[in-house]
Amino acid sequence: MMQLLHLCVLVLIVLAGFFAIWFRDLLSSALALGAFSLCMALEFYILQAPDVAIAEAAIGAALSTVIYIIALRACGQIRKGNGGGVK
Amino acid sequence: MNPLSVVVRKGCDIFAWFMVVFGANVIIHGDLTPGGGFQGGAIVATFLTFLLVAYGGNRLLSWVNERFYTSLVGFGLLLFIGLAFMGFPTSFFYNFVSVTHEAAMAGGAHGIIPPSGTIALMDIAVGIEVAGGLSLIVIYMFKGIRLYETSPVGTECGHDR
Repeated sequence: MMQLLHLCVLVLIVLAGFFAIWFRDLLSSALALGAFSLCMALEFYILQAPDVAIAEAAIGAALSTVIYIIALRACGQIRKGNGGGVK
Repeated sequence: MNPLSVVVRKGCDIFAWFMVVFGANVIIHGDLTPGGGFQGGAIVATFLTFLLVAYGGNRLLSWVNERFYTSLVGFGLLLFIGLAFMGFPTSFFYNFVSVTHEAAMAGGAHGIIPPSGTIALMDIAVGIEVAGGLSLIVIYMFKGIRLYETSPVGTECGHDR
């Protein structure tokens, strides 16, 4: 049972990492990176490191995602349109 | 960043302060439970990013006072160094309020401070410092891109694409 849960979380991590690279829209990519961080925090919790899991959830999923979106906002203002996405 | 819809703003009003209370809980019980100064400080700093996402940057910058967060950083660092120096007749970082195991088992040592001594107080110092520092990072990051910002103040523009 525990092995199955491990496998599911690891597959989710790989999927989120793949989508972070695959999306053309950079905002979707930043959100996929946030989902990656959240799955990572879940994996840390399963591996019995709740200390690291709290840090990963607070820094990775919340703060760094917002900082990415702020940076994306600056790029979008320069490029005028399509959310900073590359066309 | 533009303000989001009224649903998001009301949700932010309800839940934002609970984040601060949860972060303070993680900081204060840092020596006994998972978490600690850094983790709790990061959770407290999430409060400001929450407001930034929900209410937009222009209104947030009219609310916050950067000198307050700078003073939080300075106060946390001074508290940490001061607590380290207070153990000085013995050594730097000496745990001067801890009690021995026998004295704790004999009774009279309850609460947050006695089981770990200065470690709980240093957790609180680190929590104050990290909360101020990470909030300052987000504020200055937003002020840096504000040079290019042209959106009008306070209008509701839907999701921020």
